[in-house]
Amino acid sequence: MQLHISPRDGVPIYRQIVDQVKYLVGSGRLVPGEELPTIRALAEQLVVNPNTVARAYAELEHAGLVTKRHGSGTYISDAGSPLKRAEKLKILARRADALLADAQHLEVELSELIDLVRERHKAMQS
Amino acid sequence: MNSSTNSPNPPVIVIQGLSRRFKSKLALDAVNLNVERGQVFGLVGANGAGKTTLIKHILGLLKAESGSVRVFGLDPVADPVAVLSRVGFLSEDRDLPGWMRVDELIRYTRAFHRGWDTAYAERLREQFQLDPAARIKHLSRGELAKAGLLVALAHRPELLVLDEPSSGLDPVVRREMLEAIVRTVADEGRTVFFSSHLLDEIERVSDCVAMMVSGSVVLQGRLDEILESHFRLTLRFPAPLPAPPSLASFLHVSGSGLEWTALCNGARGELEAAAARLGARIVDETAASLDEIFLARVGSERSVKPEV
Repeated sequence: MQLHISPRDGVPIYRQIVDQVKYLVGSGRLVPGEELPTIRALAEQLVVNPNTVARAYAELEHAGLVTKRHGSGTYISDAGSPLKRAEKLKILARRADALLADAQHLEVELSELIDLVRERHKAMQS
Repeated sequence: MNSSTNSPNPPVIVIQGLSRRFKSKLALDAVNLNVERGQVFGLVGANGAGKTTLIKHILGLLKAESGSVRVFGLDPVADPVAVLSRVGFLSEDRDLPGWMRVDELIRYTRAFHRGWDTAYAERLREQFQLDPAARIKHLSRGELAKAGLLVALAHRPELLVLDEPSSGLDPVVRREMLEAIVRTVADEGRTVFFSSHLLDEIERVSDCVAMMVSGSVVLQGRLDEILESHFRLTLRFPAPLPAPPSLASFLHVSGSGLEWTALCNGARGELEAAAARLGARIVDETAASLDEIFLARVGSERSVKPEV
């Protein structure tokens, strides 16, 4: 599991782990039934505090994204689709906010921006 | 693993009202500190803030002038053997005997510790790529740090104390130091207390942090809570302001004219209401890093740079 932690951006590390696992699940990179690394292994891989990884896993479990089995392993939940649609939209909403803020600074109208998104979409399809 | 929250154990380190004066300089000013079992506790501060002086009190190398220091519930000055046998320590200047060879250092240190784990020491030596026949005085800075860490770790101490562990080290050795911290605390019930002026390092591995400025602890708490209660707001005013806007929760304000950015501490909702009362609109809101929080708390423009 490839996660990237950047301590300098002010987002608590447990939250970075939660967000990135959600993103990996949402984008299908992690599939239902897949086992996550143990807390200790992930802590050593990312060089972060094991308590932080434990907290991130607890949040993911609380959110229904992962389940603990046999008391030890942590697996991506197979109950239902990985991410609820609302959760997926939440991830995109943050990016949309950043795009809108940029557009406002650059004095680009919303309609122009939407046209641009359509145009880029078309370019990516071809 | 999260023994800080669910363990009935008493804290590993308790410091109450500790003050220390060196001649006219107040090196420690009424410091209070609690370190729970199983935590990684990061002590942040610029050089000269009092970090090493505080660590010397924890190790019993300095006697409390006023206030008290307890480690495992014991006074480290009155009971040095009982305390130090359970502590692994790496000093900032890695004071190791230069004339010894690496294998001699290992054998020599082993003699002081009943709980010495020979196999573990050998594993660390191989992992750190230390030549057993090399003289300490001929080791590079990185090798010296690793030799110091090896002898601090190999008796599997309950408390690992590291004073500026990565000071003057290259990124590769710095990472090895951090990995050692992570592995130590991953062993159930072990506690790490370390000082650093490298805030990204503290941010990466700590559960709790304390920030020291001129002998005082100016901020102490769980790292997550500190990060989540501090953020940066950019305010836009309808007319230019001649001076920075001021609110009790603004730690540091920069900007000019119509737009000002404040590093704030507090609840988001209250700050939004307060900004509205000032007649301002919030145009941007971003997370603040520990670095920025520290600088704002220090209240100076002096930046905390790595000494590499």
